[in-house]
Formats: sequence, structure tokens, C-alpha cells
Amino acid sequence: MKRRDFIQLAGLGAGAMMLPISPFPKNVDPARLLDQVMDVKQKKQLADVALNTAKSNGATYADIRIGRYLNQFIVTRENKVQNVVNTESFGCGIRVIADGTWGFASTHDVTTAGIDKATKKAVAIAKANAKVQKEPVKLVPVQGYGDQTYKTPIVKNAFEVPIGDKADLLLKANAKAMEKGASFINNILFLVNEQKYFASTEGSYIDQDVHRTWPFFTVTVVDKTSGQFKQRASFSAPVGMGYEYLDGNPKDKIQAPGDIILYNNSYDVVEDAGMAAEQAKQIIAAKSVEPGKYDLVLEPSHLWLTIHESVGHPLELDRVLGYEANFAGTSFATLDKWQSKKFNYGSKQVTLFADKIQPGSLGAVGYDDEGVKTKRWDLVKDGILVNYQAIRDQAHIIGEKESHGCCYADDWGSVQFQRMPNVSLAPGKEQLTPQQMISNVEKGVYIVKDGSYSIDQQRYNFQFGGVLFYEIKNGKIAGMLKDVAYQSNTQEFWNSCVQVCDERDYRLNGSFFDGKGQPSQSSAVSHGSSTARFNGVNVINTARTI
Amino acid sequence: MAIFSKEEAKRILEKVISFSKADGIEANLNGSNGGNIRYARNTVSTSGEDSNVTLAVQSNYGKKSGTATINEFDDASLEKVVRRAEELAKLSPENPEFMESLPQQTYGESKTFSEATAKITPEYRAQAAANSINPASAKDVTAAGFLDDNHSFAAMMNSKGLFAYNQSTNVNFTATMRTNDGTGSGWVTRDFNDVSKLDTAEASRIAIDKAIMSKEAKAIEPGKYTVILEPAAASELLGNMFFNMGARQADEGRSFLSKKGGGTKLGEKLLDERVNIYTDPFNAEVPASPWTGDGQARQKMDIISGGVVKNMFYDRYWASQKNVAPVPFPGNIIMQGGSASLEDMIKDTKKGILVTRFWYIRSVDPQTLLYTGLTRDGTFYIENGKIKHPVKNFRFNESPVIMLNNLETLGKQVRVDGDLIPYMKIRDFTFTSLSDAV
Repeated sequence: MKRRDFIQLAGLGAGAMMLPISPFPKNVDPARLLDQVMDVKQKKQLADVALNTAKSNGATYADIRIGRYLNQFIVTRENKVQNVVNTESFGCGIRVIADGTWGFASTHDVTTAGIDKATKKAVAIAKANAKVQKEPVKLVPVQGYGDQTYKTPIVKNAFEVPIGDKADLLLKANAKAMEKGASFINNILFLVNEQKYFASTEGSYIDQDVHRTWPFFTVTVVDKTSGQFKQRASFSAPVGMGYEYLDGNPKDKIQAPGDIILYNNSYDVVEDAGMAAEQAKQIIAAKSVEPGKYDLVLEPSHLWLTIHESVGHPLELDRVLGYEANFAGTSFATLDKWQSKKFNYGSKQVTLFADKIQPGSLGAVGYDDEGVKTKRWDLVKDGILVNYQAIRDQAHIIGEKESHGCCYADDWGSVQFQRMPNVSLAPGKEQLTPQQMISNVEKGVYIVKDGSYSIDQQRYNFQFGGVLFYEIKNGKIAGMLKDVAYQSNTQEFWNSCVQVCDERDYRLNGSFFDGKGQPSQSSAVSHGSSTARFNGVNVINTARTI
Repeated sequence: MAIFSKEEAKRILEKVISFSKADGIEANLNGSNGGNIRYARNTVSTSGEDSNVTLAVQSNYGKKSGTATINEFDDASLEKVVRRAEELAKLSPENPEFMESLPQQTYGESKTFSEATAKITPEYRAQAAANSINPASAKDVTAAGFLDDNHSFAAMMNSKGLFAYNQSTNVNFTATMRTNDGTGSGWVTRDFNDVSKLDTAEASRIAIDKAIMSKEAKAIEPGKYTVILEPAAASELLGNMFFNMGARQADEGRSFLSKKGGGTKLGEKLLDERVNIYTDPFNAEVPASPWTGDGQARQKMDIISGGVVKNMFYDRYWASQKNVAPVPFPGNIIMQGGSASLEDMIKDTKKGILVTRFWYIRSVDPQTLLYTGLTRDGTFYIENGKIKHPVKNFRFNESPVIMLNNLETLGKQVRVDGDLIPYMKIRDFTFTSLSDAV
């Protein structure tokens, strides 16, 4: 699902139109989502059709993904359930190497005949493109794992919870927001289940059942006298968890500086909606920021997006090599910088690691979409650039003997390619809480939750906003600010990192909609960190009059 | 094949409607065949074809509705999907904003289909890529690009007797050319309904020339500059403005079109009086579907005339609340241009910046429509009527509303992303920092 479609559907953002019908291709009833459309034995038989057809038509490698992708949305505003959408997409994608060139074809006709036809088309496409191919594909080896299964360790399958219960929870949160003075609330629950069967000529047959949950709201307060309107987004995170994320378990609550409540592995949507209305009113009355240099104290609910844009993307090897030059761009983190073994990506406090295994993260799977077992590895170690993100056809370029296991396709009809794993800032080794960190800042801004974001195509210059901004004066929170955005340069910014709080403060946040590739594909990814401090960052004032 | 003829689609949909036992039923049948080729590092990286067709059925009992889909079309499957939608409707909460189906509407004749595009082959795509890669590699330049073509149909029918059908084709092409020393980059975009209008070699030459011209860019101070925006640069900023012209948000006080104390800016002058923007689904250059997904007819309609807001978009529910006619979201945007060519506009510029495109545009403040983003792939300094030298990329913080009040000159129109947008010269465009990105 594309981010823009989602925003349109959900009516998020001040101006988004509610479309009269869903822009999504398939809507199904909720009971059907629990059906099993095909058992593993059938999938294996059909997978072998593709692998055998590919080989007999001259392919040297083939893989097939038989996928069933389910989404459920419950879309509400104020006291209304506006839409309940169930979408299902079932089909398969076949990827082959013939004459040293990739070819791909997909079909919704998941039968012997349909797969045979699509496989032949994939081989024909590979052969047609081989005529203009200049770099034959080279794959690093991978073990054939035989028959394997993986399931996201969920406690409650959100698709099994009655729609009425889910709608009631959102409406209860909406009522709380309205009671506390919200003018509007758009509140949505978004559930994803990817049922993916992968097989390849390497000898792997992998069945995976991946679940993700994302409750998300925007509270708007309109101040008629001043004509201002301000929004406060929910403090939830999209998670690789089931419906248990919405239990609102008190032990997962965090009392953060500025007298605000944040959440870890369990979220209380009703409480947060009430706080959101109160804080949106405070934003209207807040002081407009004086532009200048500030020490920034960035909360994990904010910092994840800065990590995503300024570390996750530039260290994608396909970008570094130029494969994304026409769309997402290339990267400042060129191979010579990595080869030097002394490129200071950040200060000594900065260790950034990649993984596809952190429990509760959006990236966690057992195997990637080309049958590689997932793992964790360092990208930046004590400030030095040490590695990239690479899949089977790229790993040889950086001298790796195996893929990092971060290959992904967003649908059976999309071709898999290198996608960002979870990328996270390792917590500081010294004991340090956010409150202690703030107590040492003379002139700063404490920023909570991600807001506006933009970065150039080589990932040097960026600008980030946020949701809540608090002025720090002489070690104390001195009230709320508004109209804040900071601009910096990736290397300068990470080298200005002077402190990272310890592991007690470590939390994940992330995105359902990381976009990359042509045709564009979405992927879900998490980023963890503890609160971190960055000295002397340029803050601008974003207020305008039209 | 995933393309059903009008007769085939009608036959299937009539069958679907005949199975209904609910108060109302609406069915949408959609299918497409698509293909693409992607290249980078002067070689093809990925390529593929896809095809899919789906039937979505929405049944309703009063204001309770349910939707189900299927991709099999025998009678038993069609009946099954109708029963399923009806069961779901009975279980669903009542939606106070539910709108009953429309009766038959009158639609204009569609111009969205081209036979040539529907017949594109993998060989055509490979050759189109080669025509872009070869001239690049001959000039010490590295090509990356993408060509994407699609042939689709859409049909709908409801229990009020409405039937609509349309076929359309599209081809989109983009190429980024980078000099092999990494100091220059150029870009080009083309999109058409009819692929015979596409020449990837001609388009690629523009991007190659820009890459070479943009080598070794100089840094100049950020600040307010006169800019000449190529249509591709202005297009996304304008698109963001139209996307935010929903009447409901404006009425609710949470839009750039809301007024202090209540009310909206509909009928008020918001932009320079030379700004005229309309939609026309029957324009031969940028045709759009004559009907929307819920069966409303699209017509030629003014959006901004003489700088005045002429129309905001009303969905059927909000229109019924406000006692006005619905105004569907447009299928294309046409902004009137002038007669000046890019060369004329450069010649008339004492000091300014020529912008090929913007990148990573994101909303900063929805109240003022403030956006941030960066220039990319060809940014040049103009002095005394001539391009003097390439400049390093800038980050901007600007609102399309402010931008269209600071209009200096309108140039010729170009098709970009299904819309017609002119070259524009704008004064006092706000660049806030420099980027090292090439």
C-alpha cells in the first residue's frame, strides 16, 4: 500500500479529502480474512512448477513467492465510524536469472497453468533484457534451508478481534479527545498480515506469517478567535505485534520531561487522545521559537525518523552504487569512505546497528524475501562507518560472503529488492536518564514525536520538525515552543551527538510507509534509540502569513 | 488478458446486480496489464509485467454497507460475492455519512485510450532503455531511468441503473543522467497516454546536456531569489495545493482556505490575477476519465480564475450537508500559460535561478501551506539574460500561495504527470540553506 493512498483513505492531514470509495484494489469481508486459501503442501507443489519450468526454459536461478496480503482499516472521526475496509491480495511473483539477467513476472492465477505461463514470461523478459545487460548478476551463496516456518510472536491476532470491539475502542478515545477540547479527531486502526510462501532453486521452502499493528490519530484544535489550527498526532508507534499492543498496560507508560506521558510496548489510546487535545490547545498558546543555535534533546519517538533518513537510507548499498539514482537518489556515504576505515560518520558516542530480528519491530522476520536467514550487524561502530545493507546480488561488491538478509517485496506482484532493515542507535553505556540529560543543557529544545521531514537525494542536508517542542533554559523545561524546525548536515549532526541515554530509555518507533524503487514499493521499518543530545544545531522559525 | 470489453464488463455486472437482495448494490470491475523496465549504471536492472482484475461489490441495508471482492467470474462466484457483501453489510455499524448510489449519469466521450500504448512489448521497452543508455555512455555519463506503461479498464454498475465504462493507457518515463566524475546531474520526465509521442532518445539528450552543464556547481548564499521554475518543478507544489482544496476541511476551519472567525475563501482573490487554473477531462493533451470512482460525471470546471478561488471540492456527503452540488476531485489540472519560451524567460532575467525540479517536498505547516524541499538535477544561476554557471542545490521553505502571489511571468505549458503546467518566473522565492548533494 502506498503512503499517499493511505493518507487519502484515512483522511489524515488537514486538507486530505475523504474519497467516496476506497482507492484499494480489493475489499473483502472480515470473516474471509481468517480463511486459509491454500495449504503449505499445495503451495510447495505449485512452487515446484515455477522452479522446474524456469530451469527447463534456461534459467540458472529461480524463486517464487506465493503471497496473501491482508489489510484491515477501521476509520473513524469524532463519533462516527466512517469506513471499515478489508483488503486482500493473493497471487504469486516469479523471479529468474537467465543469460545472467534478472526477469520477473507475476500473476493472480495461482494454478499450474498460470504459474507455468508467468514463469515463461519471466524467462523471456530476462532474455530480452540480456541484450542490453552489461553486468551479469552474481549471487553470494545461501544455504538451502528445506521446509521452514516463522510467525510473528503475537499474543492476540488483531484480525480475530470483532470489528465492533475495535471500533468501540477508537470511538471511546475520540469521545475522550472531544471531552478535553478537541475540535476534531481522525482516528484509524491499521492492521497488516503478510502470509508469504517462498521457494527457490537453492532448496528452501519457507512459510511465514507476519503481523503488524498501527493505531494512529490526529487531534485538531481550531481557535476561532485567532484563526489558528494546530494538530497533535498520537504517541503510538507502528509495531510488529498483535492486538495486545492496545492493552494500555500501565507498566509500559513513561513519565517524560515536560510532564508528558509516552508509551513503550503497550499503548493507551484513550488516555493519549485526551492528552492530545490538551496539548494541541497548549501549542496554540505556545511561544514562537527564536531562530538560532540550540542544543537539541531528541526523544526516541522523534529521533527514529532522523535515523531513518540520515543513516538508514544513505547506507543502502544499491543507493551507494547508483541503482536508485533515478528516484530516491544516491548517497554521500561512498565506498571510498567505507574503505578508508576512518570515516567519522558520527562522534564516538554513536553506534548504529541494523537488524531484522528485534522483537516487536516492523522489520522482524525469520527469512528475507530471497530466502536468507535474518540477523543483526553494525553499520557505524563508535562513530566509524563500517558496513552497508546488502542482499545476495550486491554482497560480493563489499567483500561480504553472505547476504545481510534484507531483501523485500511489498506484494506478490512486486519484484523483491534491497530494503532497509531496522536501523537503530545503540543506547549509551553510562547510566543516564532524559531528566539528567536535560539538567545539563543551558539553551536547548526538547523535541517529542516526528513531524515534517525532508532530506536531499545524497542525504547531506535535512530539515525536521516535530510535534511537541519544549524550551530548555539552564537545565530546566521552560515552557512550550511552536514553529520549530531544525536544519543540519548528516555528518555534522551525528558528530554533534554528545550523549545518549542508557538502555532503560531505549524504545522503537517507525514507519509503515518507507518508499523506494520504481514502481514504488512501501516497506515497514522500525528504528530504536534512547533520548540523545546534539549540540549547536541550527533551528529555524517556520511561521508565515498568507 | 485482464482487459474486458464494454460488452463483457456489462454482462458480468448485470449478472452481479441480478443476484442482489439488499436495499442497494454497487459493483466495480477493474483490470490492468502493465509493464516496466528500469535501468541504472548504464544497464538494465529490473523489468517485469503484471496483470490483475478484480470485482468489488458493495451492498447496503439503509446506511449499513459491506464490501467484498472476488477475481473469478463464473455465475457461482458472482453470487457468492454478492451474498458475502450482504452478510458484511448486516454486521457493519451504521455509517451516518453513507450516500445512496447515483442514477444513470451522462458522460462525455473518453480520450484516455491509445492502441499503440496497449501494444507495448518487452522488446519495445528494452529498446527504449537502450536509446537512453547509449547516448549517455558515449559521453562519459551514467544513465538511470524508468519506463512504466499501463493499459487498464474500469467499469461500474449499480441497482439504480448506472453503468459506466472506460479504458485508458499511460506511459511514464524518467531518466537521471550523472557525469562519471559525480559532479553533474540532469533529469527529464515525460508522460503520455499515447506512447507514439514518446522519444526516449530525445528526452535523454536533455538530461545528458543538463548533467554536463551542471558540473562543478558553485555555492551561492541562500536567500530570496527570482526563480524560473520548469513545469516539473512547479507541478508537485501546485499538486499539494489542489490536494488541500477540500471544502469540508475549509468549512471546518482546518485548511489554508479557512478564514479567521469562520467561513472560507471561496470566491475571494487568493493569488495573482494572472493565475487561471481549471480541469478538463476532455483535453486532448491530458485526457482524464470522464467519471469518478463513484460514478459522478467529470466536467470542464474552473478552479482558480483571475486569482479568485472558484471551486473547492465537495464529496457527495458534504455537498448534501451544505446544500450544494458535489464537486468531484479533478482528474487533471490545467494551468494557463503564456507565450514566452524558456529562452525568452531567461533572456528577460537580470538575476535569478533556473530550477529543473524539486525533490522531497513535505508539508511544514498546513495552515499556510508552507512546504520544504530541495532543488535537484540541474540548478543554474542566471545573470543579465544568460545562464552564467551551475549552482549548488538549495533547500527551500515556501508556500505555493505566496509563490503564486509573487508571479512575474508565465511561459509555455508542458504536460507533467497528467497535468498541463506552464514555465513560471517567481520573485522572492525563499531558499533557506545549501546542500552538498549532486
